[in-house]
Amino acid sequence: MTNYSIAPEPLDGKVPPGPIEHKWDDHKFASTLVNPANKRRFEVIVVGTGLAGASAAATLGELGYRVKAFCFQDSPRRAHSIAAQGGINAAKNYRNDGDSIYRLFYDTVKGGDYRAREANVYRLAQVSVDIIDQCTAQGVPFAREYGGLLDNRSFGGAQVSRTFYARGQTGQQLLLGSYQALERQINLGTVEMFPRTEMLELVVKDGVAVGIVVRNLVTGAVTSHSAHAVVLATGGYSNAFYLSTNAKGCNVTAAWRAHRKGAYFANPCYTQIHPTCIPASDDFQSKLTLMSESLRNDGRIWVPKDPSDTRSPDQIPEADRDYFLERRYPAFGNLVPRDVASRAAKREVDEGRGVGPLKNGVYLDFAEAIGRLGRHVLEERYDNLFEMYERITGEDPYKVPMRIYPAVHYTMGGLWVDYDLMTNVPGLYALGEANFSDHGANRLGASALMQGLADGYFVLPATISNYLAPQLGRSPVPTSDPVFQAAEAEVSERTKRFLAIRGTKSPDHFHRELGKIVWDNCGMARSQDSLTKALGEIPALRDEFYRDVKVLGGDMDFNQSLERAGRVADFLEFSELMCLDALHREESCGGHFRVEHQTEDGEALRDDDDFAYAGAWEFTGVGGAPVLHKEPLVFENVKLAQRSYK
Amino acid sequence: MTIQEVSTASQKAGADDADRLVKDTGAPVPVKKRSGGPWPVHFWRSAVGKKWVMAVTGIMLLGFVLVHMIGNLKIYLGPGEINDYGEWLRRILVPALPRTVFLWILRGGLIAAFFFHIAAAYQLTRMNHAARPVKYQGGRNYVAADFASRTMRWTGIIIGLFLIYHLADFTWGTLNPDFVRGDPYGNMVHSFDKWYIAAIYIVANLALGLHIFHGAWAMFNSLGLNNPAYNRARRYFAIGFAALITIGNVSIPIAVLTGAVS
Amino acid sequence: MHVNLRVWRQAGPKAEGHFEDYAVDEVSPDMSFLELFDVLNEQLLADGVEPVAFDHDCREGICGSCSMMINGQAHGPERGTATCQLHMRKFEDGAHITVEPWRARSFPIVKDLAVDRGALDRIVEAGGYITVRTGSAPEANLTPIPKEVADWAMDAAACIGCGACVAACPNGAAQLFTAAKVSHLNLLPQGQSERYERVANMVDTMEEYFGSCTLHRECEAACPKEISIDFIAMMNRDYVKAQFKNRRLIAQK
Repeated sequence: MTNYSIAPEPLDGKVPPGPIEHKWDDHKFASTLVNPANKRRFEVIVVGTGLAGASAAATLGELGYRVKAFCFQDSPRRAHSIAAQGGINAAKNYRNDGDSIYRLFYDTVKGGDYRAREANVYRLAQVSVDIIDQCTAQGVPFAREYGGLLDNRSFGGAQVSRTFYARGQTGQQLLLGSYQALERQINLGTVEMFPRTEMLELVVKDGVAVGIVVRNLVTGAVTSHSAHAVVLATGGYSNAFYLSTNAKGCNVTAAWRAHRKGAYFANPCYTQIHPTCIPASDDFQSKLTLMSESLRNDGRIWVPKDPSDTRSPDQIPEADRDYFLERRYPAFGNLVPRDVASRAAKREVDEGRGVGPLKNGVYLDFAEAIGRLGRHVLEERYDNLFEMYERITGEDPYKVPMRIYPAVHYTMGGLWVDYDLMTNVPGLYALGEANFSDHGANRLGASALMQGLADGYFVLPATISNYLAPQLGRSPVPTSDPVFQAAEAEVSERTKRFLAIRGTKSPDHFHRELGKIVWDNCGMARSQDSLTKALGEIPALRDEFYRDVKVLGGDMDFNQSLERAGRVADFLEFSELMCLDALHREESCGGHFRVEHQTEDGEALRDDDDFAYAGAWEFTGVGGAPVLHKEPLVFENVKLAQRSYK
Repeated sequence: MTIQEVSTASQKAGADDADRLVKDTGAPVPVKKRSGGPWPVHFWRSAVGKKWVMAVTGIMLLGFVLVHMIGNLKIYLGPGEINDYGEWLRRILVPALPRTVFLWILRGGLIAAFFFHIAAAYQLTRMNHAARPVKYQGGRNYVAADFASRTMRWTGIIIGLFLIYHLADFTWGTLNPDFVRGDPYGNMVHSFDKWYIAAIYIVANLALGLHIFHGAWAMFNSLGLNNPAYNRARRYFAIGFAALITIGNVSIPIAVLTGAVS
Repeated sequence: MHVNLRVWRQAGPKAEGHFEDYAVDEVSPDMSFLELFDVLNEQLLADGVEPVAFDHDCREGICGSCSMMINGQAHGPERGTATCQLHMRKFEDGAHITVEPWRARSFPIVKDLAVDRGALDRIVEAGGYITVRTGSAPEANLTPIPKEVADWAMDAAACIGCGACVAACPNGAAQLFTAAKVSHLNLLPQGQSERYERVANMVDTMEEYFGSCTLHRECEAACPKEISIDFIAMMNRDYVKAQFKNRRLIAQK
């Protein structure tokens, strides 16, 4: 599949008019409201209970809507938002270091390599302030200074200290805050919770989202739920790469099913690679673990100059080491941005200078820092990280350099949404990482948590009434309607199909194979050749999957291989679109690096004349030629510039 | 790969829950009904309340064993001292109250303490069994629970049975052919002269020591009295108290057996 | 490495269960315990045997999904470590390892090693939150919280809800889980308004499902976040106070 067509009409993001500072307030004022007494007449489905989903479900419930929330985990508290370590940004300017809403907005647009919608980003920066207030009031134990006030740190190379954190567990604490708010609503009866329930189909009637079909993962029962609106907060698609820092269960199924039913999928090629993960130790590796980026503040990254050097790292003299980041980027050294550091490490490994038993990492060495600062200082700063590293690898980083390698950990692309967070399918909303987001082509550190909570607590609850209000008096389409019956039948049939193949290889096998294809060809560096190659290999693998996958057990049962098979099948379709998007975007920007488009220094080279748009894809059938809808990105406030870290 | 049938024990636990799981994933079914009633009843019905009652009655019982031991040690001062002490117990608050009345008030408190301590322990044990009706089929490997904590209910039963025997031996005299009312010194010497009776007392007091070793530490938690400043001291207190009572009490039958007291 | 596994197999909530023995060769010491099960499941699938069901998700020790009783210990032999972060290098070559599900009356088995821990959500539902409507929160720095208080609240809040405390407790009690949530919120100034109502409701709900605390301290030893049983004492104190407290006066110092 390398064909696609371009829609003649540009896509309208429905950004409200007026100066950027007033857009959100003006829009809220211009919005149609639902009378408090009428809110209970509306039903809303929320799929996913991470930061975005849980906060949205809780807030909608609080407002009086009747909410049904779904998650595939055994409890809403387990969503993968929980794994975020670093922190959450907010333009509080508590440090008096010159931060402001405008600066956070500016940094986010710039960090996203000018591929985000300005108005959305400004709104995000505006509500970031309210998020911190909200979470603090909920009891999120943010780190504090001795005076009892909130502490901040600088994160991911930001020039200001605007990151709030709760030890290394900020994501967990924020999610528990939303989860608690959600549990309160469950207790009050405004939200009905369906754990261990996976959404397998979106139901659309007359072009409007009317409900979903779900499978109860314990009993296998396939049922329908209808509502006035459907909200997807189902996370990103990093697991298309098989090895990523995402949880094993993270998947693209809900978003992909919506895409198949008409929702546009925007910018799937924007994937973020995190430079400091622990490299895979063997072929059985099931996922990668991220280590905080802060380690690069004190660690020096190097590889042996001689690829055949088999000496242990402490035996290699300075002269035989190549501190390649310090050599290539003397000004920023080991602190170059994530994507630059990642690509540099990849180059070393690709050229055979990788370290470790599988030669798949680079050293991150603290010997110099220990000598300069003393071990106790490092202990204070990084002890929990060092401990985690030792637990996983069995090596003591105080003695042996760490081995690190980049891994996929966040995806900026997602379902296309307008300013109200509604997809092009009326009644279908996408929040958090599941939408194509406010991060453009690259996300700043500590901004994912901010966006998830902004969407869930503040944006959707304010915008959803625009869609709901005119529907007053209309009941949801009953689940006995033929569209639901047909969707249920489709889901059951699909499930049974996996069981009927009775091939020879596990779903995991195909997932791993797919991961290799996309990582090698659509990973940190992409080229026309690699992408074309992937676009040839993925359909072949998909065909093999439908011929040779082996799933045991039944469909009316708790069957984890069956769940996996369904998710892998969707990744096999999705990955093709991701590669096509990467192939069509003939520029490098943020997380998308095309080797054909780089400066002499190896920096990403944008093409603002031809590609300053969000590319939203319309589904036309598996293997068919999708239609590209372009939403032009207009920058009225931020000046476009090229990055340089020399 | 070998397939070996080891056990067919099912998770009988949660038959209702199993029903629910087969049907749907709704709310789990509670094991027990939520306790109602006015606050003392409600409090007693809750496990935290029962543990609190056990701690409070435990403190009363600790006070009793301490005073009891101090009284016993008077045996080393000779028959006069200890027999006088026995008589004094009966005469406390005389003439404000008739003889033995105050002693009976104390005894009443003691009986109540024993009753609530044992009733709570019994009911908690039942509750705990209900919370895990199917044991670990592959066995357990304890890492923190010590011998004392895991044998509380057995040491408790030993102490309870011993208490009845002890009363029959020295208070009612029903199991003591040489019993002379009002002569504790003589009664003790006559009983402990027999090695098997001395052995019963020694074993029972070791059980008591173990019981106190855990109880005197755990009661602070049940009462919610903890503080990093003295958390460590709680352990020392429990060890010290258990050792004091055990050594003090066990010394008497040994002293009689070895002829140091006769 | 090579290990001999004895794994609890149970087809469904109401089925009979039993142990089955499996030998797994080609175990790498760098593998996590869950990756061992991935390998076992690949092997079983190849042999036409249904794979072992077990809960897992993040595999970095924070989501609280994984739940295995390994050689009679919740989350296995390494302290402060969830099953997903336990690595095979902690076992000897040729080790015999018995794995069974969490066992408690209120953790019915879903299948094999997966159990339903919904009862823990019910406890949180009963009061494990601070009532604050979205948008109604005051400025975050309005109320200073002494660092020590915030840190201790964070110690309690670190609970990942895996249920190892219940699994490890000889009494099948969920006191550590409940105490962690109660203490996290009751320690903070924001949590004071609902402090006594919260503890009373949460404890009463907890007792509908779980056993009582007899201070074995197995929960603390099994907890992957090493949460202290001091929190249980705090909860007990607040629960007792909740019985006597005139709640109309709680705003007074």
